[in-house]
Amino acid sequence: MSGETTSTTDETTETGFDISGKRVGLYSVLAVLVAFFLAPIETGVVTSIKTTTAVTETAPYAPPGPDGFTLAKWQTAFDQLSRGLFNSVLMAVPATVFSALFGSMAAYGLTQISWKGQIPILSLFVAGIFIPYQAVLVPLTQFWSIYFPVDDLFWFIWESEAVPADYSGLLELTITHIAYGIPICTILFRSYYKSMSVEMIEAARLDGASIRRIYRRIVFPLSTPMFAVVLIYQFTQIWNELLFALILISSGTSEAAPVTLILSGLGVAQQGTDFALRMAGALLTALPTLVVYIMFGEEFAEGAAT
Amino acid sequence: MRHLLTAAKRLLVGKGSDEEVRADGGTVEESTGFRDRFDSDLVESSPFWLPPFLLMGFFVYGAIIWNLLISLTDHAGYGRPDYSNLDFEMYVRAFNDSQFIFAARNTVVLIVSFIVVCLVLGLLLAILLDRQIRFKNGFRTIYLLPMSLSFVVTAQFWLWLYDIDDGIVNSVLGVVGLGPYNWIGNPQLVLGAVLFALVWQFSGYTMVVYLATLQSIPDEHYEAARVDGASTLKMYWRVIIPQLRNAMVSATVVLMVFALKAFDFLYALVGGYRPPKGADILPTLMVRTAYGSNQFAYGSAIAILLFLLALGIVAPYLYYQYKNGYL
Repeated sequence: MSGETTSTTDETTETGFDISGKRVGLYSVLAVLVAFFLAPIETGVVTSIKTTTAVTETAPYAPPGPDGFTLAKWQTAFDQLSRGLFNSVLMAVPATVFSALFGSMAAYGLTQISWKGQIPILSLFVAGIFIPYQAVLVPLTQFWSIYFPVDDLFWFIWESEAVPADYSGLLELTITHIAYGIPICTILFRSYYKSMSVEMIEAARLDGASIRRIYRRIVFPLSTPMFAVVLIYQFTQIWNELLFALILISSGTSEAAPVTLILSGLGVAQQGTDFALRMAGALLTALPTLVVYIMFGEEFAEGAAT
Repeated sequence: MRHLLTAAKRLLVGKGSDEEVRADGGTVEESTGFRDRFDSDLVESSPFWLPPFLLMGFFVYGAIIWNLLISLTDHAGYGRPDYSNLDFEMYVRAFNDSQFIFAARNTVVLIVSFIVVCLVLGLLLAILLDRQIRFKNGFRTIYLLPMSLSFVVTAQFWLWLYDIDDGIVNSVLGVVGLGPYNWIGNPQLVLGAVLFALVWQFSGYTMVVYLATLQSIPDEHYEAARVDGASTLKMYWRVIIPQLRNAMVSATVVLMVFALKAFDFLYALVGGYRPPKGADILPTLMVRTAYGSNQFAYGSAIAILLFLLALGIVAPYLYYQYKNGYL
């Protein structure tokens, strides 16, 4: 609390309406809010490491005693989810990379068109972000199952020894995620390119550089910070998605099911829900996005705020 | 190709475009130069924007038109729909279906209350954090943390928190002598319980959106209000909050999308298409109708009505953005 006085004076010069007594109140409110936002996660963590008897005997938010502690539920959850985690990686990584790349290309291409010409095309990109997925589900199933059945068209892939046939559905899901990621990625990159120096691109154009060359040599290398933002944001969104997986991968028990799909049915049984198992499974599923978020919180916030 | 482009150009550019200001701030010198530039740029830059545009166009806009077509048939199960006999039968059916009316009402209630609560709570969080405090980034990280989680994950947490016997919500309420309530099982309570969980997950989002704007407001605005003798409350109400209007408008639209994704949350709560009684919303009704009971045409009609509901919020937003030159 040694810095209390200095920060108070800073505050006074900044906005000039705060007095020292209010500081304590402010920090108390902030701390209560921390409790509000962390309580569900904390409850999940302590529950996931309790034995079944400890779950019923101790308070949900209380940590387990020494004899109530076990990692058995994490083990069980991992056994049941490992295939799903693998599938999710297999799907989310290419979907993230390609949607970001397409978004960057589209955003750059649009900056090369004069302002008026951009409006109609851009409006479609922007509106694409807000389309509820339900509005496209039935045609999507029709398209993938009847008009473009990937498993039939690329039978040579699925019948080769290298790729097990039970991955069917995952490729469709990946392409769908790429297509639906394009609008948000384009808009994120566009806001970045708008703030980027146009003079440099204009100068390169006057020197006779082609549009393709400018992208490869100037724009793409300069987009690295924005790629970080978009990749982090997209990875989280695609990893967390359920509805497309539910519809395109016909059942949660399928070998190709992503982790969210398997988690939604985890620990549900006739004799009552196994909450410790569900908590362990939920945390295991959340782990990749949590790690990304804790490491790159700044970029994540930037992606969300834009 | 040339004719098509000329026609498209006339349609898009129209007359009197020579006064327009380009995105980079420069003005266009003369009309003919601008039009030449328009043609060549559109073609020359097309390898960059056209492939993503076509991929998105097919899967998003093509699919919506296709969905509209299917909703006009009476397609039931899997297989190709019969497009020869189109009518609005499914829409008539929707408006006479008590399940649909109930789900539509719930959807509107959920969207409106979710947006309002998130906007207000996010504003309070942003105002609290927009000052010189220690661990500012730490607080922000924690408040935004739930947003990085999946609905499927948070539904597991909340299922446990709302548990009637051992859940933390009932334990806390028990201290003040209330409850226990069956939050998920009681049709009267479940929508509120879902709303509370969604607000927990996304009020950090509105906070971040507001913070981005608040930090760009120059200190002079605060000082000027102080000099005029405005109280803190008045200063925010009269000076600061009006400047957050753009942030509010875009947050509203994004929050609507989150609210419609509550399908994931409801699905995970029960591990199936049938949400807790009293919490049925149009997204769950649509998926259940199409995939649970194989009524594809009726499901498509519900989807189109849901799309129109979303469009009712998005279209004014797009117009607002266009009018203010943010697009």
